Amino acid sequence: MRETFYEVLRRQGISRRSFVKFCSLTAAGLGLSPAMATRIAHALETKPRTPVLWLHGLECTCCSESFIRSGHPLAGDVILSMISLDYDDTIMASAGHQAEAIVEEIVRDYKGNYILACEGNPPLNEDGMYCIIGGKPYLDQLRFAAKDAMAVISWGSCASWGCVQAARPNPTRAVPIHEVITDKPVIKIPGCPPIAEVMTAVITYIVTFGRLPELDRQGRPKMFYSQRVHDKCYRRPHFDAGQFVENWDDEGARKGYCLYKMGCKGPTTYNACSTVRWNGGLSFPIQSGHGCMGCSEDGFWDNGGFYERLTGIQQFGIESNADQIGGSAALVVGAAAAAHAAVSAVKRIRDKGDQQ
Amino acid sequence: MAIIETPNGFSLDNSGQRVVVDPVTRIEGHMRCEVNLDENNVIRNAVSTGTMWRGLEVILKGRDPRDAWAFTQRICGVCTGVHALTSIRAVEDALGIRIPENANSIRNIMELALYAQDHLVHFYHLHALDWVNPVSALQADPNATSEIQKSISPGHPKSSPGYFRDVQNRLKSFVESGQLGPFKNGYWTNPAYLLPPEVNLLAVTHYLEALDFQAEIMKIRTVFGGKDPHPNWLVGGVPCAINVHGEGAVGAINMERLNFVSSVIDRTIDFIDRVYIPDLLAIAGFYKGWMYGGGLASKNVLAYGDLPDAANDYSSGNLLMPPGAIVNGDLGTVHEVDLRDPEQIQEFVPHSWYRYPDQAAGLHPWDGITEPHYELGPNTKGTRTNIEEIDEGAKYSWIKAPRWRGHAMEVGPLARYLVAYASGHEEITEQINYVLRTLDVPVDALFSTLGRTAARGLEAQWCARKMRYFMDKLVANIRAGDSTTANVELWEPKTWPKEARGVGFSEAPRGALAHWIRIRDTKIENYQCVVPTTWNGSPRDNEGNIGAFEAALLDTKVERADEPVEILRTLHSFDPCLACSTHVMSEDGRELARVDVR
Repeated sequence: MRETFYEVLRRQGISRRSFVKFCSLTAAGLGLSPAMATRIAHALETKPRTPVLWLHGLECTCCSESFIRSGHPLAGDVILSMISLDYDDTIMASAGHQAEAIVEEIVRDYKGNYILACEGNPPLNEDGMYCIIGGKPYLDQLRFAAKDAMAVISWGSCASWGCVQAARPNPTRAVPIHEVITDKPVIKIPGCPPIAEVMTAVITYIVTFGRLPELDRQGRPKMFYSQRVHDKCYRRPHFDAGQFVENWDDEGARKGYCLYKMGCKGPTTYNACSTVRWNGGLSFPIQSGHGCMGCSEDGFWDNGGFYERLTGIQQFGIESNADQIGGSAALVVGAAAAAHAAVSAVKRIRDKGDQQ
Repeated sequence: MAIIETPNGFSLDNSGQRVVVDPVTRIEGHMRCEVNLDENNVIRNAVSTGTMWRGLEVILKGRDPRDAWAFTQRICGVCTGVHALTSIRAVEDALGIRIPENANSIRNIMELALYAQDHLVHFYHLHALDWVNPVSALQADPNATSEIQKSISPGHPKSSPGYFRDVQNRLKSFVESGQLGPFKNGYWTNPAYLLPPEVNLLAVTHYLEALDFQAEIMKIRTVFGGKDPHPNWLVGGVPCAINVHGEGAVGAINMERLNFVSSVIDRTIDFIDRVYIPDLLAIAGFYKGWMYGGGLASKNVLAYGDLPDAANDYSSGNLLMPPGAIVNGDLGTVHEVDLRDPEQIQEFVPHSWYRYPDQAAGLHPWDGITEPHYELGPNTKGTRTNIEEIDEGAKYSWIKAPRWRGHAMEVGPLARYLVAYASGHEEITEQINYVLRTLDVPVDALFSTLGRTAARGLEAQWCARKMRYFMDKLVANIRAGDSTTANVELWEPKTWPKEARGVGFSEAPRGALAHWIRIRDTKIENYQCVVPTTWNGSPRDNEGNIGAFEAALLDTKVERADEPVEILRTLHSFDPCLACSTHVMSEDGRELARVDVR
């Protein structure tokens, strides 16, 4: 009988009180009602620590770096108490064949009960030898580890979409992992990197509830990826009011006006940056004066320059979600953005009029 | 085979037992290392292979130079930001764009925050397990650990016996659970580990403290750059506007934000002074006899310099971190380095998986060619997709071999500290002398694996203080009435010349970094990067000179042939970053082969 998460916590000197507090924070972090904290506590009291194999393909390790910046829960607590991070070549003590042996052991001993977390993607050209692990193509390791995984998490835009090495002309033929893992769902947590607290929340969700988060059509957890950055942006009122930054460091920039004219991709980007924000909720790109680059969107490297103004924004309301809009928003051609701004302004005035 | 004497003064013998380490873990990216051991378990031949190839330079072709920073930033997410900074410097150099003083201060603060965090994470989370045995910490007496803590760092508040006992209990439960996580299959019975249990407990405790604290340091970059990893940068300045006085200040860098950054800087200085440096010295004290790993450090080291004091002046007199090259171990002469001179920096490929029209030639980055060519030598054991032993007589790495005036060079914290020491840099000389005195070792002790690790710690300490310097400078400048953060005069591409070329450089945490750009008709025509791990992880060149990793591994005695503790120690002392070193790609990006996916 393997130990439960709660037993591990208790044995590690964490009090019942801290445990309950942790469950409340987790519930809050996931946007769940306080009542759910009890259910999380119950789940953690009865479940063993889940082994996680964290593989690295072609990537820059920004996902791992983001992960260790998680403020709640702290990355150390996730690694030591919530999951059993048995393979992660960025931090593991062992190397070479002792490291490789771990993948084989976990796949054998925890068949169907471990999580595969992938950072980066496999290149297919040159027989896969643009990314070599243990003298063999990374693709081999990925397929082997995926075969018996309970769940597959695709960290970041590399694993989810291809990201920078797959940008035009993609000479290594790097592909998102769902193109080579086709027999089970892949949970995509896109972003370059994804937000730390979103990463730890997804892990927490899976080990807590023992099921995968509800995903949208493209495989992203709805709880974090169903609204656009623009929908919840604190600068949105300036967009609606037609108050824009016209140039870097101008009067508008110093007053925190909307960055749409500076190329902000917030209106076409599905992510939690404007709500969860970054590094413990401290800021996010727009709050620090630079437009959103759309880094959680498929093919964002090839969707025009980062300072080019979006030319196609539909006039959909904030109640629209990613499934309804799909990936088409950025491609719609027209003077829609300006129209969107104008309509918002008109609507605001009209609403005001109605109230009077 | 016979013994080979390399032109750069090393003796190679591959007749003994071959040991393969792949993957080399606790690094960024993917690498492989093979060594030959003689009958006394001493390394007599070393082969380092970069095992990934991703490439960005061709992807950059035809794109907007103002976007290049975002692409190059994705070369590496560990030293996140240094490629972006180097890229905007290259573009600004090409187009003659001058940045405001505030932007210079903010960029320096962001870079210095990375130094502090990256070095801290390297020491505790990538390197420590080469010296520290967490399993042994279970045998420690927490009272004794507490005494040690109080004696080596009286200022650190977390020092009670109860605190260390709690950590020990947590560790005990963790180990007893049988799920060892990152510590699984470690080399915990290897006699190479020399620390007493009490010091192991101290270090494991700080492994956890540092893991929590490092995230705090990077919040500095979140304030100015909006997120971290991969904050935002801007050609011509920084994207964040400053407004400390009037309407809308809450949407800009205001007093609250400045106070926040200031407080993190103070805490960073404290943490490094009270935890990192005392631990470094305590651990080093037990390994003083382990003086392996010097390699190129006592011969050839290189630094480009960084941290411009005043904005827009990249000459050596204005750089707080000094540039220079030292060759043949002559600390009396610091050579000037010119990144534009085609005779100085050149890249070679006879042992790299690339092809040049003339295999023996070296090419300056402005004229660089990168055509991939994966082929294994005739003495390879295994197959094309299952390499058992690599043939270093042929091509054997995805890393090119850069050379400075024909010399293989070591770059990184130790190289920078040696250049600074040789240049008579007062603060750094004082730091080095303090460590030598404390450990009671001669100057030669610097030329070692531990010397590299010590230099990194000292640099983190120095950098944290420089953060304070630039923060004070920023506030003073704002107080003097200058809130400017961007120069937009040349923002619009229509203001640019038809053709331009530039070079940007920096000192990344792992060493000297430079980007070369050519712009034509407002688009990128050519882009080349030569990065720290390309220098350090370099394979052999046309003349047979070995690179820094390979040189440093030679003559090391290993305790157990099947447990690569000593190999990891020395490789980790360089803090390898493979995604950086192997980002290059073909000129035409053509497909070379395909495999069936389904």
